[in-house]
Amino acid sequence: MNIFMLLEMAADAMPDRVALVCDGESLTYGELLTAAKGAAALAIARGAERLAFLDINGPAAPVALFGAALAGIPYVPINYRLTEPEIAALLERVSPALLVSGRSAVPAGISAIAAGEFLALAKAGGGEDLVAPDEERGIAVELFTSGTTGVPKAAILRHDNLLAYILGTVEFMGADEGDAAIVTVPPYHIAGISAVLSSIYAGRRMVQLPNFDAGGWLALARAHGISNAFLVPTMLQRIVEHLDATGEQADLPALRALAYGGGKMPLPVIERAMALFPGVDFTNAYGLTETSSTICLLDPEAHRAAAQSDDPAVRRRLGSVGRPLPTVELAIRDEDGRLLGPGEAGLVFVRGDQVAGEYHGLGRQTDDDGWFPTRDRGWVDEEGFLFLDGRADDVIVRGGENISPGEIEEVLTSHPAVAECAVVAMPDPEWGEGVAAAIVLASGAQAAAEELQALVRGRLRSSRVPQAIRFVDELPYNETGKLLRRVIREQFAA
Amino acid sequence: MAARQYKAGMKLKSAVCDTQIMVLRVPAEPLDLRIGGAPALAGDEAGDGATIDPALAGGSLTGKRYTDAEETMEFLCTKGGEGTITVAGREIGIKQAKALPSSD
Repeated sequence: MNIFMLLEMAADAMPDRVALVCDGESLTYGELLTAAKGAAALAIARGAERLAFLDINGPAAPVALFGAALAGIPYVPINYRLTEPEIAALLERVSPALLVSGRSAVPAGISAIAAGEFLALAKAGGGEDLVAPDEERGIAVELFTSGTTGVPKAAILRHDNLLAYILGTVEFMGADEGDAAIVTVPPYHIAGISAVLSSIYAGRRMVQLPNFDAGGWLALARAHGISNAFLVPTMLQRIVEHLDATGEQADLPALRALAYGGGKMPLPVIERAMALFPGVDFTNAYGLTETSSTICLLDPEAHRAAAQSDDPAVRRRLGSVGRPLPTVELAIRDEDGRLLGPGEAGLVFVRGDQVAGEYHGLGRQTDDDGWFPTRDRGWVDEEGFLFLDGRADDVIVRGGENISPGEIEEVLTSHPAVAECAVVAMPDPEWGEGVAAAIVLASGAQAAAEELQALVRGRLRSSRVPQAIRFVDELPYNETGKLLRRVIREQFAA
Repeated sequence: MAARQYKAGMKLKSAVCDTQIMVLRVPAEPLDLRIGGAPALAGDEAGDGATIDPALAGGSLTGKRYTDAEETMEFLCTKGGEGTITVAGREIGIKQAKALPSSD
């Protein structure tokens, strides 16, 4: 199998429909197919064993993704926000490769070409006679993990995995001709890959916004009559804040669907967003790089049911990531691998054809029955809605007792003066690890550490009470909205 | 032609119409897979000049997944055509899947 088939089907069925728009440039499905063939020919001519991409989003990214597929080599988008030494180290690992980038200093074996020139050469043609290889278990994409716990791992996504996800979740040409999706996630993120594959298979025009800011997003969405959008929580939060601060109306009459994921969504943000975009269908998508994107969905119906319900069990589902896709199985297990039931918190395992779960040099991480440990903690309610409770690595082990930061954070953020907080482990000579909390106060609000400690003591066991509380201006997030707990831990350990 | 063994990922085409399909899932045993009444062709196999069986000209649609009633097999239609897809003489139909909201 080969993901190139998705583009071939789209170009065959709707050659003249616009596939993507960016900065005044646009490509139809037919033109995208031509460019992908040209890109494949270019990569083959340069002897590339990988097609790497180190740039902001633009038309060259999907051209490189499909060009690599046709050439039968992995597509490797690299995070352009990394430091110079980090980028240099990753480039050594992808050589020999054709690298789409404006860099001049590259290691041996790397042939670099700027995105503009790459796109122009690709569009000029070539590769008309190439046939997408059908290699068994061929690799489509390699994505470097963020490396928050060490050297970045190269996650492997095979053609089979990505196709299983797309064929299982997207209706071919399911979009109306006028539909358009605004793409703000960077090309090196799994959501950036799945945005391209889903949009192309659905026949939904992509409008790329390489650098996100709330005002720019709103203006572009209006100008292009955007019907669909995906945002990481931080982006949605900025849009909500922008609308509230300026008093501007959302004014997006064409917008029908807004999906979000990639990190924990603060409850006040989603509640406010639903109020600001009343007619819009909200979907929460939970997934990992290793699972070829989305594995669980909280669909628009569940959003509305939760927002309108007086039943606390239904109401709290606004903070859940929903239920697994029909093609994905989910299980919660304890530390010893014992299957847990509804309401019992443990480790989240998933299984399905889209689940790749493997890294270069480390092999497949699935067990003999195909279950992949996400290393996320969570529990499901009686109706199967999954609630996430942080990463397994974030658990605080205090005197042998496992403490999940999530339950403490939930109590702390229930205090009206607390805008945001993060609970982490800190070294403790007596208990091994202790509980520490970094707090961002709401604008103009005040709360004493003792008051917050008393709040936790009143609602949870005494072992959950933060022994250290720091008030900070903001919490550290990476650009896709992932909370960097490691940074906070280091601050408490210092 | 007798039944033959298929496996996931195989690409097949009709001998009598434009239909092309890809195997997504098949049982372990061989299948008598036909499109428009004529055995489906693999790779560069050529048809024997047969024409479409008018009784099996219900058509196939690009992008639809086809499955039997028991869902023991599944094929993706990568290019639609005039012929009906059958296995052992029984028509296999479009898989009815619940539409999911876009999450990308």
